[in-house]
Amino acid sequence: MAPAPSLFRRIEALPIIIVFILLLALFMYLAPEVFLRPFIYTTFISTLPPLIFLALGLTFVIGAGEIDLCFPAIIAFSGFTFAILFKQYDLGWIAVAATLFSGIVIGFVNGVLVAKVGLPSFIATLATQFFWAGMATVLSGGKSYALRGVEKSSVYSVLVGTPFAKPDSYDWISQLSIQGLWTVLAVVFLWFILNRHRFGEHTLFIGDSNPVSRVVGIDVDWEKIKIFTLMGLLSSIAALFLTLENKNFFGNQGEGYLLTAIASVLIGGTSIFGGRATIVGTVFGCFIIGMIEAGLVATGLTGAWVRTIEGIVFLVSIIFYFLIDEPQRRAAFLARIGAIKGFGRKHAAK
Amino acid sequence: MAGSPDLAVRKEENSFEHAIRLEHVEKFFGPIHALRDITLSIGKNEIVGLIGDNGAGKSTLIKVMTGVLAPSSGRIFVRDKEIDLADYSVRMAHDLSIETVYQDKSLAEQQPLWRNFFVGRQITNRFGFIDVKREKQVAAEMLLSSIGFRGVGITVDSTVSQLSGGERQGIAIGRAMHYNADVIVLDEPTVALAVKEVRKVLDFIRRIKASGRACVYIEHNLAHVHEVADRLIVLDRGAVVAEIEPRNMSVPDLTEYLIKLQQHTA
Repeated sequence: MAPAPSLFRRIEALPIIIVFILLLALFMYLAPEVFLRPFIYTTFISTLPPLIFLALGLTFVIGAGEIDLCFPAIIAFSGFTFAILFKQYDLGWIAVAATLFSGIVIGFVNGVLVAKVGLPSFIATLATQFFWAGMATVLSGGKSYALRGVEKSSVYSVLVGTPFAKPDSYDWISQLSIQGLWTVLAVVFLWFILNRHRFGEHTLFIGDSNPVSRVVGIDVDWEKIKIFTLMGLLSSIAALFLTLENKNFFGNQGEGYLLTAIASVLIGGTSIFGGRATIVGTVFGCFIIGMIEAGLVATGLTGAWVRTIEGIVFLVSIIFYFLIDEPQRRAAFLARIGAIKGFGRKHAAK
Repeated sequence: MAGSPDLAVRKEENSFEHAIRLEHVEKFFGPIHALRDITLSIGKNEIVGLIGDNGAGKSTLIKVMTGVLAPSSGRIFVRDKEIDLADYSVRMAHDLSIETVYQDKSLAEQQPLWRNFFVGRQITNRFGFIDVKREKQVAAEMLLSSIGFRGVGITVDSTVSQLSGGERQGIAIGRAMHYNADVIVLDEPTVALAVKEVRKVLDFIRRIKASGRACVYIEHNLAHVHEVADRLIVLDRGAVVAEIEPRNMSVPDLTEYLIKLQQHTA
């Protein structure tokens, strides 16, 4: 009745890892001059971290059966906080702390709106997304802030520097950015939080069922507040990386991430209905999204195609998980297309 | 948290007479008088069946007993000690060794059994990281010894969705027993179960008694409750109207009695 766990169950996010490898092979074949040389990968290391940080936070939020649409605005508002404190007030690391604090506050407010006020997270974070994006625009006067000379600061070299860079050297090692390391550490840490910490377990139980979580003694409201606060913190870290890497702040710098971050999480195999979440899947989801963006352009398609293809990949993967993970849905689906005769099959009552 | 696999007999530290005792408990929901002067007691090792028609107040009564609802007036004693009703809560009921097993709200579907056993009371280090190995080991012992799932092909890594309805009740009851509950409250555990599954659940209920605990068992199906209960408490319109010893009354007589009761009070 219970066969030995299959390979798909034993290795976290195996399907998406296979898809990633196939896609990588495809791009290596289609655009060898780009994908068989190291520079595209060193570029990924500097450009993917904001997406990964956002997707890590969303893995918790979606795993808990909620959604956060506010994070693009956190990127705008926290990015603005950093830019103005760093540039105009020359506050250095204090600006970094203030940036993280702004993300925590916004996330906390989202959590309170969802858990204590009881608004659906979709509506609550849609509203706060408008509010904070609006605040960022009002306070910045719609201007962008160029952070000229930022690369000489310790903030820059610690957060997004290139530790192996040598003057006049353009080999790939000198291009390695330090945010790759911070991202790896965050991924490993949050993997342990989700899979081995009480907080991660509570997150998944809440996503599974709020009533059950209450009965077993989980403080559902407070855990939800913590989840949204974590999302806020991670979004502000993404804002820091983005603003520093671009050496520039502009008001709509977070907007492109709304779809891609959510898509990365869902492509990775985290359930849109909550209760199941995978950090490994999320990271590979980010790789796939990042690779599609770079790869399609490298293979000669225009940027307009990128969104189209991303939409298709997104949709296909959601359908895939729908059918793989839920036997009754798969049976119903196959029955509908005529592959299985005999309707009304309940999933095997033992 | 000692993960003793041997749950057959509880340690005899319990020098109390009644696991729970209610005295003159009243509950109003606005103008509705849901519980009327309820006085009853649950002995420390008996199975008490709570029966009565829909709306008789069974659910309200167990909610008051288990700290979900505060009574409007009256006194509650747990292990012969009076509870300060202002503080009584689900959390406190747990601390006082009262566990409730709800029909469909006790286990999280997509989570593995070992997490379901320990959620809310995880074995962690001081930073809150779970000792997975130890939790799985204790959960496996629990599966075998207290729940008796040997050889059924269910492991601690199985998710709840792989279990049948009866097995789910077994897991939830086994969990309550593991946490040394003095009283296990079952809210209609056999609703919507196949006959074979009902058998399993009734066996689990007998285990509760065999392990020296008390059980309050709400049930619609008279045959089921008649089979396992030591004593039946009949509720009607919020009041206790009778206490019946099942061994003195057959199921048909009991049914007849309840129908008469309905007509009499109608």
